[in-house]
Amino acid sequence: MLQAYTDVLIFLLVGAGFVVLNMALGRLLRPHNPYPEKLTPYECGEVPVGEGQVPFNIRYYIFALLFVVFDVEVVFLFPWSVVLRDLGLYAFVLMVIFLVMLVDGLVYAWKKGVLRWV
Amino acid sequence: MDTVGLILIRGAIVIVVLLTAFAMMTVIERKMLGYFQLRLGPNRTGPWGLLQAVADGVKFIVKEDIIPRDADRLVFRLAPIISVFTALAAWSVIPVGPPIEVGGRPVPLSIADPPGGVLVVLAFGALSVYGVSLAGWASQSKYALLGSLRASAQLISYELSMGLSLLGVIMLAGSLRLGDIVAAQDRLPFLFLQPLGFIIFFISAVAEASRIPFDLPEAETELVAGYHTEYSGMRYAMFAMAEYIHMITVSSMVTLLYLGGWNGPAFLPPVAWFGLKVALLLFVFIWMRASLPRFRYDRLMDFGWKVMLPLAIVNLLVTAVAAALWA
Repeated sequence: MLQAYTDVLIFLLVGAGFVVLNMALGRLLRPHNPYPEKLTPYECGEVPVGEGQVPFNIRYYIFALLFVVFDVEVVFLFPWSVVLRDLGLYAFVLMVIFLVMLVDGLVYAWKKGVLRWV
Repeated sequence: MDTVGLILIRGAIVIVVLLTAFAMMTVIERKMLGYFQLRLGPNRTGPWGLLQAVADGVKFIVKEDIIPRDADRLVFRLAPIISVFTALAAWSVIPVGPPIEVGGRPVPLSIADPPGGVLVVLAFGALSVYGVSLAGWASQSKYALLGSLRASAQLISYELSMGLSLLGVIMLAGSLRLGDIVAAQDRLPFLFLQPLGFIIFFISAVAEASRIPFDLPEAETELVAGYHTEYSGMRYAMFAMAEYIHMITVSSMVTLLYLGGWNGPAFLPPVAWFGLKVALLLFVFIWMRASLPRFRYDRLMDFGWKVMLPLAIVNLLVTAVAAALWA
């Protein structure tokens, strides 16, 4: 059973090797001629104004927090759905209670206006 | 069990096939878009413009690799590598057909088929967010930063509904192994048992692949090129490579989970059925690109959280009731 995962690991090494080789080969072929104008960040041909790190909407952060909450709960659902048909009604009722709490969180966030992108 | 050598051979085959498919996809997509818009598309290089992929490849390799002045050089270099690596890594567990007989011994048509195959694909799909968000952050450019923020928020939002809609299939198959899930569909593809799940999964898959109408991360009308604005040459090509491999991966996942994988009438070999179904889905991707406008960002987030997520939960509950009663 673990054998399958070592196989995965070997392929990951092959993949990483391919990607690195790809970059290394290109280095031998491509020109290298940087000068200050070429290295400025792209801003439609104008001289860039201010820093590259601009302030951004706090909503991105809130959605990321929400995602963490829900994603962790989805992780619990995976093993449950694999064995649901063997465990039957009891496991189903337990998980429905859990799901109600999950949905409750979503409804709460919805009512609080967290899901509104202004 | 398999020796390391066999896995290396299969790994090399998978990478070569994926890269060829990527190259062909770029040409066929432009060709198709051309026909959709009543023009010819690329037709100068080679027959039917097919050598355009080779021309593009050569050009990408010999173009200068520019790293912007203020960029975080290490992360800037690392980001495209992470992108391609995570896109390739998902293929370590995707089977394209039942084991075949070569020289008297069975050879599985996948690198590996571990008991948690679906989770491995989902995990690497989730990791692809890092390539995109690090690229935008390390570029120290406004467009790139905005693109990567959008990408992160979009990918994590649709990942939720993707994972939840998938649970219906797992309940029906009772296994996380992709081979078992296909075997469970030998009489009826799960598309007919999970129509709502299929729709949610497919829409999330399009969003995960950042394709039109979900290509907000690289909305060229407002963000130039989004998170890869500052990239050039081979590094830019690697982002394109990751995007197309991702598209092929999600098409394969839809095929394996909902369209019955390599099951089909016996007049074609199983692998051909798998290839045909994936090709059909890839055509749908191109078709959508030719037909649909782009979402507005607030609508995109609303749709993900207020439509897709509740629907996915409803689908999960209905399937669970059916599975619990049936058991």
